Amino acid sequence: MAHEHKLEIFRGTLKFKSNVQKIWGVLIFLSIVTAIEVALGIAKPQVLTHNFFLGMKLLNWIFIILTLVKAYYIAWDFMHLRDEKTALRRSIVWTPIFLVCYLIFILLFEADYIYNVYKDGFMAWNF
Amino acid sequence: MDATVTTGTEESVWGGGNQPLGASYGKMMMWFFIVSDALTFSGFLVSYGFSRFKFIETWPIADEVFTHVPFFHGNYPMYYVAFMTFILIMSSVTMVLAVDAGHKMIQKKVVLYMFLTIIGGAIFVGSQAWEWATFIKGDHGALETKGGRILQFVNAETGERASLADFSKTLPEERVKHESSQGIWFEKEGYKTSFSLNEVVEGFKATPNILIRTETINEEGHKTVLTREESLAKLKDAVMVVEGANLIHNEYGSRLFADFFFFITGFHGFHVFSGVVINVIIFFNVILGTYERRGHYEMVEKVGLYWHFVDLVWVFVFTFFYLV
Repeated sequence: MAHEHKLEIFRGTLKFKSNVQKIWGVLIFLSIVTAIEVALGIAKPQVLTHNFFLGMKLLNWIFIILTLVKAYYIAWDFMHLRDEKTALRRSIVWTPIFLVCYLIFILLFEADYIYNVYKDGFMAWNF
Repeated sequence: MDATVTTGTEESVWGGGNQPLGASYGKMMMWFFIVSDALTFSGFLVSYGFSRFKFIETWPIADEVFTHVPFFHGNYPMYYVAFMTFILIMSSVTMVLAVDAGHKMIQKKVVLYMFLTIIGGAIFVGSQAWEWATFIKGDHGALETKGGRILQFVNAETGERASLADFSKTLPEERVKHESSQGIWFEKEGYKTSFSLNEVVEGFKATPNILIRTETINEEGHKTVLTREESLAKLKDAVMVVEGANLIHNEYGSRLFADFFFFITGFHGFHVFSGVVINVIIFFNVILGTYERRGHYEMVEKVGLYWHFVDLVWVFVFTFFYLV
């Protein structure tokens, strides 16, 4: 790791005095995000479960986005990606993202196809 | 490369000794491992998504599966998993603090924070073992149909889940556990259920306020509850009693759900376990002063990377297994 730390998060809105302080700040942020997720998971507001975007419930979109936010802060601040060289960071982050997006696209489309085959009654499975 | 004219060896790209990414060999290799392991986990999670999309209308609702908290009775969905998530994030924090103390060469602090990290990891693995045990033991019990679908029971008045014990009759019948030594060698029961199929069916017929709940999710996002007449008709499809979950039968719904639960959380739990073991090794090295003599604590940073990765994976498992 580079021996100096970048001490600001939220694009510079929040600047910490020391690395230790930044760690606690990130912990508080991650805890808040988790608390929001759990609260939404228990409450399941109607507005979010009955409205869809791209075929998925808004609530699920919120969960996935919050997860990516958490993943970002764990990788950037706990795994020090923020302090690494840009080339290293990019090769670590974008390689899996590209491959995983491809995999998600392929498998979920295929699964939806199989769902339709089952549904249209070409095959009895619910008996 | 003596033949080439070089102005200064430190500027030569070809002479070796360059670190274009500014990371040591060990750290690079740890990142290689993490990226490949991340792809493995993604493969598992996406295949979970594949199976779920295949059976999108009948998939179990996680809130109804994981409802227990140790030492408390009642229905508390998610709280315990949220607690586990918090423990793991917390142990990640103590790990970063250990890495930070290592950079400042403060041995005592590294020892303390590594110790706390190990404790956090141990609590997490213990919680996961408890979660598994609860899942395997089962909750209310259910019937399985010929097609492998699950029929659960609800109380018509309260709308709450009914356990098999609430309504099953005890009949004067003898039931022996079916071993592979008796009868066909490849057929045996792993466990003997508390009630036989006949007892559950008779009990159901005798108790008018019990209804059957199928796996199908309705538009409200709840499982469909049949009427009494439909329930009695559906009951004829049942072929066996299921209590708890294993790789073959699952009282909570789709069998694939249990399979993926065991596989993904198991694989993750194994990572946490091995992380704890590696942390313990490094912990003792720190106590012995190995890194003090070496002059740097990069080893702590490397296990730290692995430990944070385990936390990172859990964040995704938490979302896709328990929330979405």
